[in-house]
Amino acid sequence: MRAANSRIVAALAATGALVPATSFADAIGGAVAKQATNYEAIVMFLAFVLLTLGITFWAARRTKSAKDFYAAGGGITGFQNGLAIAGDYMSAASFLGIAGLVYSSGFDGLIYSVGWLVGWPIVLFLIAERLRNLGKYTFADVASYRFQQTPIRTLSACGSLATVTFYLIAQMVGAGKLIQLLFGLDYLVAVILVGVLMIGYVTFGGMLATTWVQIIKAVMLLSGASFMAFMILAKFSFNPEAMFQAAVNIHPKGLAIMSPGALVTDPVSAISLGMALMFGTAGLPHILMRFFTVSDAKEARKSVFYATGFIGYFYILTFIIGFGAIVLILAPDANGAYPFLKEAPLAGAKAVIANVIGGTNMAAIHTANAVGGNLFYGFISAVAFATILAVVAGLTLAGASAVSHDLYASVFAKGRANEQDEIRVSKITTVVIGIVSIVLGVAFENQNVAFMVGLAFVIAASANFPILLMSMFWGKMTTRGAVLGGSLGLISAIVLLVLGPTVWKAVLGNPAAIFPYDNPGLFSILLSFAGIWFFSITDNSESAQAERRAFEAQYVRSQTGLGAEGASAH
Amino acid sequence: MSKNTQRIVNNPKFQELIARRSAFAWTLSIAMLVIYFGFILLVAFGKGFLGTPIGAGVTTWGIPIGLFTIVSAFILTGIYVNRANGEFDELNRQILEELK
Repeated sequence: MRAANSRIVAALAATGALVPATSFADAIGGAVAKQATNYEAIVMFLAFVLLTLGITFWAARRTKSAKDFYAAGGGITGFQNGLAIAGDYMSAASFLGIAGLVYSSGFDGLIYSVGWLVGWPIVLFLIAERLRNLGKYTFADVASYRFQQTPIRTLSACGSLATVTFYLIAQMVGAGKLIQLLFGLDYLVAVILVGVLMIGYVTFGGMLATTWVQIIKAVMLLSGASFMAFMILAKFSFNPEAMFQAAVNIHPKGLAIMSPGALVTDPVSAISLGMALMFGTAGLPHILMRFFTVSDAKEARKSVFYATGFIGYFYILTFIIGFGAIVLILAPDANGAYPFLKEAPLAGAKAVIANVIGGTNMAAIHTANAVGGNLFYGFISAVAFATILAVVAGLTLAGASAVSHDLYASVFAKGRANEQDEIRVSKITTVVIGIVSIVLGVAFENQNVAFMVGLAFVIAASANFPILLMSMFWGKMTTRGAVLGGSLGLISAIVLLVLGPTVWKAVLGNPAAIFPYDNPGLFSILLSFAGIWFFSITDNSESAQAERRAFEAQYVRSQTGLGAEGASAH
Repeated sequence: MSKNTQRIVNNPKFQELIARRSAFAWTLSIAMLVIYFGFILLVAFGKGFLGTPIGAGVTTWGIPIGLFTIVSAFILTGIYVNRANGEFDELNRQILEELK
């Protein structure tokens, strides 16, 4: 396997810069060369696929009503949902990307981990239980609760679909490249495989299958990462200081890896990034949807508690793995060789970070090889693939629900659609999204798509989150305020991101960016809230008055769960 | 407004639940925001401090502070869930019970 590794010619060079360049990228960018077929990994991945298809078959027989399809019948426990949320959130690139960032820059990786995590307590304190008490299947149920259905649901569906599409493109391209690299499969084969499997899980097994795919993947990822961190710490007799000392001695940046580097420079960028990470989490449609799979507000709260624990633990592990990677990749092995570097350092010189085979995002994978041998390397590769598959399935279900439940059932059929038709529309949409994402995955193969996850987060934070939050907390909001404010957030997020350095300069190749910041979060989020406020308070229409009067009943239900959707009977 | 909604709004226990739970949720939210943005501002302005070794070794103050931020997120959710699923849910149950 080590010999096979060295056959990778073109490194994932661009991916080393993936997280910093885009503020919070999630995809694998840059060109990769196909690796020799990795049989251990393929066998283990096939075992995962068989298991999940078995679960899909089991789930399909239990999925009859719309509630089963969208919300797994509402019968998932808080602990299971916590694992599934963690599964939805811990993507392959947050594993490979953050470990890679720690490997190349040390402390800076921790800044990202922290940013990805701190949105969760806010979701719990302000959103989870109210969302559970008010909604049924999608967050638009809550956002449109006392408002005109057509405009709010249309806007929410646009926000959901935009978030899901950009996220999906990044995941599909990442999947294709990663699989090419880890398994030695063709890019096209990899993308089609991901698309077909995800269509299978979602159309046949609905939310029940998707949830269990997430749970299995989360358990695999957490146990694999735990094993790696354990083995790394064991090398240093469980003394972190010894590990840090070894890393500082061998890393070309020396002591600088123990303090913040160039990642965050000015306070505006820092706060903007922080806001987008924090509030984007609270506006991701596939995450919000998970709160309808549990029976009540109590379980919804528990799920966030468990999810925060698992995700936080996982980020601590990736930090240890990143430092382990420094020590294991940059130092010679027992035979004095450097099996994970393209070329050994000259005598007396330090090894070059970027010389790692496959690029810095492969750091965690090489570390798996170093601590657990070929079999464990195969396992971690399979876990990385399973991770992408699970995230993609969750996203697709959220996109399909926005179309079938919000656009078809509420906007198009005005609430008169029957359940079976709604499920049928959802399944057709799933197939369409699957095919579209294969096509987009192929179309964007050679593009740098890393900024798209950033875009997804900023849209979620600027369009979905403000409408959702204000609809639950502010009695004076009206349809007009929500639609105009939300649209303002959606449009400004996209426009400012395109005019900013990540797209205008890096992707479109212009000499200088028109908008100076990588992350427009601070501006687009504030614009959205300001728009909602201004266009609501100036709205004195008859319908606006009625919407304000309806707030009290919504408020009581959101607080007490009076009249909330329960779990289904079976 | 339905009769039940009106009865809940008029129930002093409901007002008490809202007052206590909101105050608690906002306090914890602000605590999280202060911890996180405190960390981010330290990263932006206090690089020197975060990069200072704690003792004679190489481990800097940044490491425990970063880990503390992660662990604090988990602890804050635990504190909230513990009180909300106990004290607040009991109060909520009584409010709904009184409708019958």
